[in-house]
Amino acid sequence: MSDTENTIKNVVMKNNVVLFMKGTKSMPQCGFSSKVAGILNFMNVEFQDINVLENQEIRETIKVYSDWPTIPQLYVNGEFVGGCDIITEMTLSGELDTLLKENNISFDKEAVNKIREANG
Amino acid sequence: MAILAKEIEDLIRQNFPKAEIIITDLAGDGNHYAAEITDESFRGKNRVQQQRAVYASLKGKMDGSNGQLHALALTTKIPL
Repeated sequence: MSDTENTIKNVVMKNNVVLFMKGTKSMPQCGFSSKVAGILNFMNVEFQDINVLENQEIRETIKVYSDWPTIPQLYVNGEFVGGCDIITEMTLSGELDTLLKENNISFDKEAVNKIREANG
Repeated sequence: MAILAKEIEDLIRQNFPKAEIIITDLAGDGNHYAAEITDESFRGKNRVQQQRAVYASLKGKMDGSNGQLHALALTTKIPL
């Protein structure tokens, strides 16, 4: 495993929720990253954001690490969950609630219900 | 560097010969597409596994800033 892969592994193991994204959670720089960060922010989920635009090595290596070609990428307790389309679907279907509950990660249930109402 | 919807469909078709494939050019720029793929082979797989299989068929087209395809909104479905 390369140094960069080890760095990634450490980050996703040490933080319950990690989002590899373009930009930061307070200032996303791509629509897809913005969408996922926006969902997590709105749901009040505590997460670590990693800006891949600041580190070319991580930007390329994360795609190999997960065998997934696009950014953003969400990890929960070390496991790759998905990118923008999957997180959006899981939010609307309630699967994201289940996943967070199973992993003992707190979130605002009312907020996620509001997302579903607005997009139902 | 743009790519045609037909090229995307052909690439996916190679790995999913019997799938129902719908490609939509979202921005009209040949760069941002949506693809909806319905295939029996997705049964029993989670979404990540389903979409990995689709990405694998597009190998190389989405790689990095030189990739021909900047954005592909993927939806994978199992036939009813």
